Amino acid sequence: MALARRSSTLLKPLSAASSSSSFLHRRPFSTDDTTTITVETSVPFTGHNCEPPSRSIDTTPKELMSFFTDMALMRRMEIAADSLYKSKLIRGFCHLYDGQEAVCIGMEAAITKKDCIITAYRDHCIFLGRGGKLLESFAELMGRQGGCSRGKGGSMHFYKKEACFFGGHGIVGAQVPLGCGLAFAQKYRKEDHVTFAMYGDGAANQGQLFEALNMAALWDLPAILVCENNHYGMGTAEWRAAKSPAYYKRGDYVPGLKVDGMDAFAVKQACKFAKEHALKNGPIILEMDTYRYHGHSMSDPGSTYRTRDEISGVRQERDPIERLRKLILAHDLATEKELKDIEKLARKEVDEAISQAKESPMPDESELFTNVYRKGYGVESFGADRKELRATLP
Amino acid sequence: MLGILRQKVGGATGLSSQGLGNHMLRLRPVTSALRNYSSATKEMTVRDALNSALDEEMAADPNVFVMGEEVGEYQGAYKITKGLLDKYGPERVVDTPITEAGFAGIGVGAAYHGLRPVIEFMTFNFSMQAIDHIINSAAKSNYMSAGKINVPIVFRGPNGPAAGVGAQHSQCYGGWYGSVPGLKVLVPYSSEDARGLLKSAIRDPDPVVFLENELLYGESFPVSAEVLDSSFCLPIGKAKIEREGKDVTITAFSKMVGYALKAAEILEKEGINAEVINLRSIRPLDRATINASVRKTNRLVTVEEGFPQHGIGAEICASVVEDSFGYLDAPVERIAGADVPTPYAANLERMAFPQIEDIVRAAKRVCYRSAPISATAS
Repeated sequence: MALARRSSTLLKPLSAASSSSSFLHRRPFSTDDTTTITVETSVPFTGHNCEPPSRSIDTTPKELMSFFTDMALMRRMEIAADSLYKSKLIRGFCHLYDGQEAVCIGMEAAITKKDCIITAYRDHCIFLGRGGKLLESFAELMGRQGGCSRGKGGSMHFYKKEACFFGGHGIVGAQVPLGCGLAFAQKYRKEDHVTFAMYGDGAANQGQLFEALNMAALWDLPAILVCENNHYGMGTAEWRAAKSPAYYKRGDYVPGLKVDGMDAFAVKQACKFAKEHALKNGPIILEMDTYRYHGHSMSDPGSTYRTRDEISGVRQERDPIERLRKLILAHDLATEKELKDIEKLARKEVDEAISQAKESPMPDESELFTNVYRKGYGVESFGADRKELRATLP
Repeated sequence: MLGILRQKVGGATGLSSQGLGNHMLRLRPVTSALRNYSSATKEMTVRDALNSALDEEMAADPNVFVMGEEVGEYQGAYKITKGLLDKYGPERVVDTPITEAGFAGIGVGAAYHGLRPVIEFMTFNFSMQAIDHIINSAAKSNYMSAGKINVPIVFRGPNGPAAGVGAQHSQCYGGWYGSVPGLKVLVPYSSEDARGLLKSAIRDPDPVVFLENELLYGESFPVSAEVLDSSFCLPIGKAKIEREGKDVTITAFSKMVGYALKAAEILEKEGINAEVINLRSIRPLDRATINASVRKTNRLVTVEEGFPQHGIGAEICASVVEDSFGYLDAPVERIAGADVPTPYAANLERMAFPQIEDIVRAAKRVCYRSAPISATAS
């Protein structure tokens, strides 16, 4: 699998010693992780059955820059996916995350790759956050061998097991009991890690969520339920779907925290707080107040159930990348031009990854029959015409 | 709730005669079956077979745990998990609330992370509440992730009719689960089957649906020293010829194997030598053994308790027609549950499920030896 980033000729590191966790390793100031910068969240946290954490968060220039760079890359990836879908290179379902980047970036900053994440189908950026590569993402979207699931999963089924990212699920709400199961395993094995089970405001009404939450609370599982409330379950606004859209309170006896999901630092602080809580006291719910610019999926223009003014309003007032831009400029960590250059570089990286992905071949026909089982015992499987096409499953 | 009805499960032998109403023939290990068990000395109930298999696999692998309703303190709704809580503790024998969708999902998530859950459904009728997790979260994961996420989970519990439990508690799910690629579906009959297949299922890296039968739990079968050994496993996907014959092939699984063997005895007295195949595995289906048998006998009767449409017999018939058409001397016959929701009244319930005389009649028909059919012919 071509995981190596072959774009290095274009993007020579400016600082050889750079150990930035960002995708683009080349700003000298992005290695500064000793200077402390204190930022305040846009709004205070609201707690349910818990004392909310402080609004003041310590960060470093390195972290600030990496947040900006990583989010710019994610934003670019999703916008490029939009074009690819319209040119029919991506088929079926494609659910885009632009607008919500701060949630996954903030979360990653608070946790390790041994903490598990599981989410639904709006998973491209979360995959990237877990260490997934652009090439693997685009190749998977286009159904090619170079994809993270070798082209057999598609947009909704990205996984990265070695980074404890368990997908990528198409059935609304199913990922929450699965996430509690991951937490069960972590507790069973006496690990010091937690699981973040992410779901939307639409999934928040699913019965299985409450079944799993009850068990997680009963058994003190280190499960953190993260509701990415983008206020619309497909085309249904939250007030039309939930009698009580205060999703952070829906856990009743389970504590909850309402977080500004467009503020990466608020997300980071909340996730840090939640991890500490979950390891000691069991489950907690985080409600991320966020927004998606695209419709539910590429089949949805996103304007029949909300106004264009609302969308542009959020873009102007609350965009997560713009927020970081202002912060970086305010702290003099980079100039406007330098930030624009980072965004241009992101665009280049994305374009490069797309052209590489286009060169990745479609899966071999024999792959129709691979991975049905881990152990197939030589059993026979059949194609549409079983006299014409048969295979032995190894 | 089912658990309350079954409080006296310990005295299982009493229970099976209770519910069978007018049905005179009790399930008893047929003495002729003994000839197929090598150097058989000990007898073991299916219940004990399952219990010992679980016990041994939990002892051998710390990743194996049991989860379900009443599996712990209650000692198991049907006492299959008796004693395991005392031995392994509440972290490995986990009592759940009555939330199948929730705990099936939790089980699959634990399997994603590398544990080996054995999830018990009190009966498979309740698995319908969790079927999305069995199929979409478990069965398809290895394929969708191109082999990265396998799901070593076992879903087990009683399947099919019991005695007098009514329509919502009597359905057989072999056909439904058997159609899903990515699942393995096992159907033990004897204690040997129960031990060997459950151990294989637990050790298997893929999701296994393990369909037991409540009325078989109390039945005893001879078990050899080999079967009692803790390393005893049966291969998945291989049927067993319970009784060799040359005139007609009868396929069956679970409780119906016992009925088919009894039918074979009756047929023997009438000069029809029946071969009885115990399927043991619905998916993978042992088409090779079935077809080889039909090529030998040239006649086939399939037996199952489930609904006939889109059932196991339908698949077996299609397989034989596709692969061995030239060898058939008569059309394939299907004996299955009646095409109705299960009634409660004992006489109606008896009519709703195959009886030994149904199997005998079909075998004779397929051998062109029956009396003229009364109402339906031509």
